[in-house]
Amino acid sequence: MFDAPRNPGLPALSGVGYKPQHYAQILADPGPVAWLEIHAENYMGAGGRPLAQLRALAARFPISVHGVGLSIGGEAPLDPEHLARLKHLLGWLKPASFSEHLAWSTHEGAFFNDLLPLPYTAATLARVCRHIDQVQETLGCRMLLENPSTYLAFAETEMDEVTFLTEISRRTGCGLLLDVNNVHVSATNQQTDATSYIDAFPLERVAEIHLGGHQAQTDDAGEALLIDSHDAEVADPVWALYAHTIARGGPRPTLIERDAEIPPWPDLAAEAEQAAQILAAATARELPA
Amino acid sequence: MSTQSAFLAAMLTPDAPIPEGLLAPRGRPAGNRFSVYRNNVAVSLTEALEQTFPVLRALVGAEFFSAMAGIFLRAHPPQTPVLAGYGAAMPGFLESFDPVAGLPYLPDVARLELAIGAAYHAADATPVAPETLARIDPVAFLGARLTLAPALRLIRSDWPVATIWHAHQEPALPEAANLPEGPQDTLITRPAFDPRVHRLPTGGGGFVAALIADQPLGVAAEAAPEGFDLGAVLRLLLAEGAITAITTGESL
Repeated sequence: MFDAPRNPGLPALSGVGYKPQHYAQILADPGPVAWLEIHAENYMGAGGRPLAQLRALAARFPISVHGVGLSIGGEAPLDPEHLARLKHLLGWLKPASFSEHLAWSTHEGAFFNDLLPLPYTAATLARVCRHIDQVQETLGCRMLLENPSTYLAFAETEMDEVTFLTEISRRTGCGLLLDVNNVHVSATNQQTDATSYIDAFPLERVAEIHLGGHQAQTDDAGEALLIDSHDAEVADPVWALYAHTIARGGPRPTLIERDAEIPPWPDLAAEAEQAAQILAAATARELPA
Repeated sequence: MSTQSAFLAAMLTPDAPIPEGLLAPRGRPAGNRFSVYRNNVAVSLTEALEQTFPVLRALVGAEFFSAMAGIFLRAHPPQTPVLAGYGAAMPGFLESFDPVAGLPYLPDVARLELAIGAAYHAADATPVAPETLARIDPVAFLGARLTLAPALRLIRSDWPVATIWHAHQEPALPEAANLPEGPQDTLITRPAFDPRVHRLPTGGGGFVAALIADQPLGVAAEAAPEGFDLGAVLRLLLAEGAITAITTGESL
């Protein structure tokens, strides 16, 4: 295990996924939003507006860099060029946090821009840990790994997802990013219990929480199939699961994640406020009387 | 074949059988659950292409573009997770894609849109002040070399692609109603953060190409045809912040 230095970390308050259309409003009045998250791959150009906006935002807010392209769950070796781009971005931006996904997206040199699933076996566990060791050694900091949303299961899977993620965190020292919407989506799709998942999850290893929206469909058999679409408000069952998570584990930096059908800023800020209130209540409970 | 090779092969072929060992609850076969991944990949990469090629999409129609993107993304998936430059293979793809053989200007429209995207993400640079050029000694002028901004791009085409591009902007230029025939050279500049598309006058393409190749002004101008307005192109470059340094034998 590489004893990676920790990033400064995010405050245990509300954040939002940054979208350029909200730039002026965020700078004018961020409301309940205390930090911002960006997708790393959108800020790897040489210059122009994206980097100028990011520099201005980073002067005001802690920034979380969230990668979507490292393919940590891939059978292939990690792309050294992409790791170098990440190292460059983290080097000048000095973000509060860096996170990636338990998923794969690159195979034989081609990138498919989706978070594809992997079976949970001793072999995939060893591979993911090797990749995370390599990421943390190359970047020189601890990373967070996010639980996926899944639509199907693998016959070859040997252990449950919580066991798999806990073991990765234990072996590599990486932190965990708990996406509560993904927990709800996967539990619905796999017909397991979301609350039991949270109760088994090592919340002491969780350094960030994601809350996003999903869409409801059905599969061939007419059974519920939720799609992790990030194009809607956070659903009520996800808010309830989030409140349960915070009550059990204490306040954590919490992101409202919206990547499509981007709403006007006040609507996004209202969801951040809803998370902020749940966090504030939990913080008040933690303070000595 | 590895697990992920099998997964991808099935994902990229719409009617292929679903790989073995993928399950829905209670051990049922995965069925249309696998289609979620198929759909996510096709939709997200098609959206990336739509963002890069809005004018190409307008020219062929949204439905045709979407079908064409489906073929393109399977033949030319992204080679990096940085999707800003995705579609570099589109001009070559269009040149050999039979259904658009009757629209021979499409590859150059695609080149123009790729160049706009490249300009948007190009490195920042501080331009010289517009009056700098006027301060150069007339004798030194012809020997001066210009350093051009990293965002500057030149598209030389046998087709009127600057006019075609402007016809698909809001508001369209009045001249767009009467599409001219013949070649056009297009200059892309980025004075602040938004790329701007300029149709160069006759001879302007050769002149700017010579400047990009680091030829002195005098040599670049010699290649231009009779009546070429060198001053107009230099004024455009200066006004658009496209010149970042002027080098002469003397210091300015």
